[in-house]
Amino acid sequence: MQRWSSAPDPATDTGWRDTPARKGFFTDSSICIGCKACEVACKEWNGIPEDGLEMLGMSYDNTGALGASTWRHVAFIEQPRRPTGGGGFTPLPMVAATSDQNSPASAAETGIRWLMSSDVCKHCTHAACLDVCPTGSLMRTEFGTVVVQDDICNGCGYCIPACPFGVIDRRDGPAGARNVGIAQKCTLCYDRLGEGMTPACAQACPTKSILYGDLEELRITAQHRVEELHTAGVADARLYLADPNDGIGGAGAFFLLLDDPEVYGLPPDPVVTTRDLPAMWRTAAIAGAILLAGAAAAFVRARP
Amino acid sequence: MVPQATFTSYYGRPVVKASPWKSDIPAYLFLGGLAAGSSLLAAGADLRNLPELRRVARIAALAGVAAGGAALIHDLGRPARFLNMLRTAKPTSPMSMGTWILTAYGPMASLAGASELAGLLPWKLPIAGRLLSLGARPAGLVAALLAPALASYTGVLLSDTATPAWHGARRELPYIFVGSAAAAAGGLAMCCAGLEQAAPARRMAVGGAVVALAMEQRMEQSLGLSAETLHSGKARTLMAANRALTAGGAVGTIALGGRNRVAARAAGAALLAGSVCARFAIFEAGQLSARDPRYTVIPQRERVDRTTALDAGRS
Repeated sequence: MQRWSSAPDPATDTGWRDTPARKGFFTDSSICIGCKACEVACKEWNGIPEDGLEMLGMSYDNTGALGASTWRHVAFIEQPRRPTGGGGFTPLPMVAATSDQNSPASAAETGIRWLMSSDVCKHCTHAACLDVCPTGSLMRTEFGTVVVQDDICNGCGYCIPACPFGVIDRRDGPAGARNVGIAQKCTLCYDRLGEGMTPACAQACPTKSILYGDLEELRITAQHRVEELHTAGVADARLYLADPNDGIGGAGAFFLLLDDPEVYGLPPDPVVTTRDLPAMWRTAAIAGAILLAGAAAAFVRARP
Repeated sequence: MVPQATFTSYYGRPVVKASPWKSDIPAYLFLGGLAAGSSLLAAGADLRNLPELRRVARIAALAGVAAGGAALIHDLGRPARFLNMLRTAKPTSPMSMGTWILTAYGPMASLAGASELAGLLPWKLPIAGRLLSLGARPAGLVAALLAPALASYTGVLLSDTATPAWHGARRELPYIFVGSAAAAAGGLAMCCAGLEQAAPARRMAVGGAVVALAMEQRMEQSLGLSAETLHSGKARTLMAANRALTAGGAVGTIALGGRNRVAARAAGAALLAGSVCARFAIFEAGQLSARDPRYTVIPQRERVDRTTALDAGRS
């Protein structure tokens, strides 16, 4: 299969000079406890408006999906434990602590594997949102991350169907809120990074499920972690978007998952749409030439 | 390959997001195509000295580009910031390229159209009228040279997304859209110009209809699983209407278009309506393919499983 080659450093590739090391997130879902501190910290730090408080009937997930006003989203999946493999069982501490003869059935006894994972913008090496943005509002920062410039975006919405993960969206309310009508997503706390601080979600994560740091180092940490889990018998553990040779050139924010990506609402094999753009332009050029030739031919026999 | 009966998703939620675009965008796809095809007709009519066809086509191009441009601005989340489109020129963004095509094409087509409108006035514009009639031919010819780009780039605009039914149709959409543009422009000219002068419009309309219908057929094959979306929901009705109107319009044009004014108008109107339906059908199919995770997950899962099987076979 044809693989999309990766740019070693997207910031330098964009024209930045003397850049700091590329920054990113490693989200280790095997130690996520579903506390949603990342969601709250993100909302608070970034001043993101409320965007719905409905009951969704999706385990403990009433957030639903990433969007213009949800830049961290914790997915919850209550899964029947499979007879084989069975690894990655995540007991909630409060359930385990009260598990005795008299208490309600413990998580282990219910036969449920509870998956949790905090999703976020992937800050792709090859970012489709950035590629297709017609105003230049979406930009690559010196940290290699992808950020919307709020004062430039005119809300054309092209980045939204371009993203292979369905991350970015146009803020459609509430009326009077900041940046209504323009595209919004995780900035990897660009404002905090500039001050040498850790992004709000990683700062707030009580279990270090969300690690922030230099991408190179995070990839090594992640490799060690997945090997450790395999040794411990968690055969399901796998890294997602950690490979610089994948369809998006590797992500700035990558994950350790305990099941297939689609179980968490993630695409199993995302490919940046602009990989096929040169071929698409060629097709359009041929189509245009056919139209021009056809129009000329329509007049060949025309007489005044 | 037989599609998997089951697939896994997160509570049936979409993986990719559907575009936030409303009917403004498919309307623009039609209007931009109509304008582009009309500019080509107008230039041919101008060079071949067919004044009635030229007038109709230039006015159609002006109306198409004006209404299409207005639809594009209306669809923005922040319409007042539409000029930000001109901050940069990015070949990686079909919308940026399209903006520049429109920016070059719009004034040219408008000037040529305005000169025809000025000619319809009951009085003569003293200086402006002279300038318009002097500029009309060069402007109209430049517009015609830019028109193929205007008609075809919109295919890339839709394809360059993660929307399964649009990206999957990337080898066909530009052809469908130029065919649809030719059919629409020819159809409108058949409605408004006399039988004799409309002969080139009839040829263009039939040619466009044949290309569009043939490429829509090929698109069904290329799309694989997401071809389903062309046969579901609103797209299903629109696609069926498109096929009937476009094919019927083309047949009517061949059979009676050169002989009977009423039949020519009916065939022209059918081709126009067919073009509208084609744009809206493809738009709706794409939106549906993004909203249902099966069209994103199943093909990607099959790709991963194939690669895994290949790797396993090698080792």
